[in-house]
Amino acid sequence: MSNTVIKAEGLGKSYLIGHQQREPYLALREVMTNGIRQWWSRLRNPQYGSHGELEEFWALKEVDFEIKQGDRVGIIGRNGAGKSTLLKILSRITEPTTGRIKIKGRVASLLEVGTGFHPELTGRENIFLNGAILGMSRAEIKKKFDEIVDFAEVEKFLDTPVKRYSSGMYVRLAFAVAAHLEPEILIVDEVLAVGDAQFQKKCLGKMEEVGKQGRTVLFVSHNMATISALCSRSILLANGNIVAEGRSKDVIESYLLSFNEANICLSERKDRSGNGEAKICDVYFADTNGNRVEMLTSGSQYDIVMKYRAQVPLVAPCFKISVYSSAGQLIAHMNNWLCNYMPSLPKGKGEVRCHIDALPFAFGSYRVNASINTDETLDHVDCALVFKVENGDYYGTGRVIDGLKEVCLVKQDWKMDIN
Amino acid sequence: MAKDKAMENELIIEAGRAERHYWRDIWRYRELFYVLSWRDISVRYKQTVIGIVWAVLRPLLTMVVFTVIFGKLAKLPAEGGAPYSIMVYAAMLPWQFFASSLTGSSNSLIGNTNLITKVYFPRLIIPASTIISNLVDFVISFVILVILLFYYRFSPSWQIMWVPVFLFVAFLASFGLGLLLTALNVKYRDFRIIVPFIVQFGLYISPVGFSSNVIPDHYRLLYSLNPMVGVIDGFRWAILGGEAKIYWLGFFVSLLITLCLLAIGIRYFRRVERSFADII
Repeated sequence: MSNTVIKAEGLGKSYLIGHQQREPYLALREVMTNGIRQWWSRLRNPQYGSHGELEEFWALKEVDFEIKQGDRVGIIGRNGAGKSTLLKILSRITEPTTGRIKIKGRVASLLEVGTGFHPELTGRENIFLNGAILGMSRAEIKKKFDEIVDFAEVEKFLDTPVKRYSSGMYVRLAFAVAAHLEPEILIVDEVLAVGDAQFQKKCLGKMEEVGKQGRTVLFVSHNMATISALCSRSILLANGNIVAEGRSKDVIESYLLSFNEANICLSERKDRSGNGEAKICDVYFADTNGNRVEMLTSGSQYDIVMKYRAQVPLVAPCFKISVYSSAGQLIAHMNNWLCNYMPSLPKGKGEVRCHIDALPFAFGSYRVNASINTDETLDHVDCALVFKVENGDYYGTGRVIDGLKEVCLVKQDWKMDIN
Repeated sequence: MAKDKAMENELIIEAGRAERHYWRDIWRYRELFYVLSWRDISVRYKQTVIGIVWAVLRPLLTMVVFTVIFGKLAKLPAEGGAPYSIMVYAAMLPWQFFASSLTGSSNSLIGNTNLITKVYFPRLIIPASTIISNLVDFVISFVILVILLFYYRFSPSWQIMWVPVFLFVAFLASFGLGLLLTALNVKYRDFRIIVPFIVQFGLYISPVGFSSNVIPDHYRLLYSLNPMVGVIDGFRWAILGGEAKIYWLGFFVSLLITLCLLAIGIRYFRRVERSFADII
């Protein structure tokens, strides 16, 4: 009991959302006209509610959990499930609408790398600024200064304003400051998805080290591989509720399963990003007759079909399809830019097909992220499709490796010469 | 040892619960307060060609214009025997400080949106540190005043020791009003437009270009409802020495209004502070 460091009871957070899309802040004029309109409608129709145009939206509802000292807990869920809201409440940025949380120990939260970095200030100055913002004392920063600079690999540019930094250097410096925080509880939002692969590895190593020192870590990510590597326990959120809690492996599995069960039409899904100028309506595998199939066989021919609707003409669009294993490992990536095939498309509905000669995936369950890009991302959907693969005669020899699951297969030829 | 400390720091986050340790928290975050003030100061004149000279030019040019218009053209009387330009400059000092503090602090929350939505700290620190950074300009302007005093061979008396007191009142006035405006600005962006108007308007209804002695006696008490009247009269009294008479009753009225503004500002700010991250 005594080693519980975070205890949440009945936590809820509601936002009032307007039905018309608008800026979150109000103009005084709007308040006045709304006030008059409401007053008028209430005069005519007294039972009419005063929040006529606003609707209550619960980003989190009745959330209870307990986190023990030294736990490394992953928080997963789709976009809009309430992960960020939960982190914001835990880091005291916003206040819960209902419920309470008890926290023991100093909390540092890292919801963004480089919070408060000022472009005009030098690297050295920004280390002190960012450190103070994250809650380090001046003495603490001084003590760790060399370590931070070392970690970020920017010693040559310490006295250059950070606006002249490359984005890689910027991110490295920002993460380096954050990585040297020494709180009892560390809250991290998806910040590791930055920098190059080598640096990401370094960051992950640092996070693991933090965990080993017996600190409590809360970690939000969409990358299941990272979660299962870093976190022993996980919490799965959906629509503001905790739907699963326990060992990371089990929770991740139920998260991935939820995509199968959800069965929502792709074009209806809200958990997408991009500027919305085009929308992915459907993604599926079709066999040689053009029929939709859900159970595939490795080695067979398929088309991946992506249906879209464009609000504007698409100039040299790039359609991307990434295939992940059920554990969240990237297995394959396909896009039309790689094939140097980039025609422009008129606005309206359309479909693109990516032909695969021999499906190179071993037995297992996979999911697909799909996106449409031009210079920027028009639409991106995580887990646009989940498909299962049965072992087939990929090599044309009738042979199959039985234990092999969720990997990419390679066509091969062997020659043996005797010298 | 570290563990004991952790246990002490038990924190309860609850709906509608006012932070009990708010003022202690401000003390705990004082380093952030220094750092943010220092940031505002060091960034202020970066990428400007003449840099800190702006801090000298602004009050000096305004003084020249006001001296010519009010002193020479309108022929308004100076206070006692002091040169008109010194009298104007003595008022410019607190006015510039007040005006730039008010403008700065009322835009401060919006200007620091990225901090507010990503980290916790008592939000009061942001407008406060903005005002502190304006002190640098004040100090520079004060040095110019000393040079002017030498130029006019005008020796101030011991009363100049009172300047910090009146400066503190100016600080309180801009802080109180700034808190109110910056909190309102988060919710209603109209205040972004209203603030420059308040500052411009205030310049003419405050006795900056003229002496408050030109106000008819029976209106002086009413005039003192403007908190800057007390501050400016105080500065003149302190700098011009025996030449200027201070209307103490008016000063205390101004002080009272300032304190009321401060109380209202802090109250309103504290009340809406917790929702800043949601609506900004």
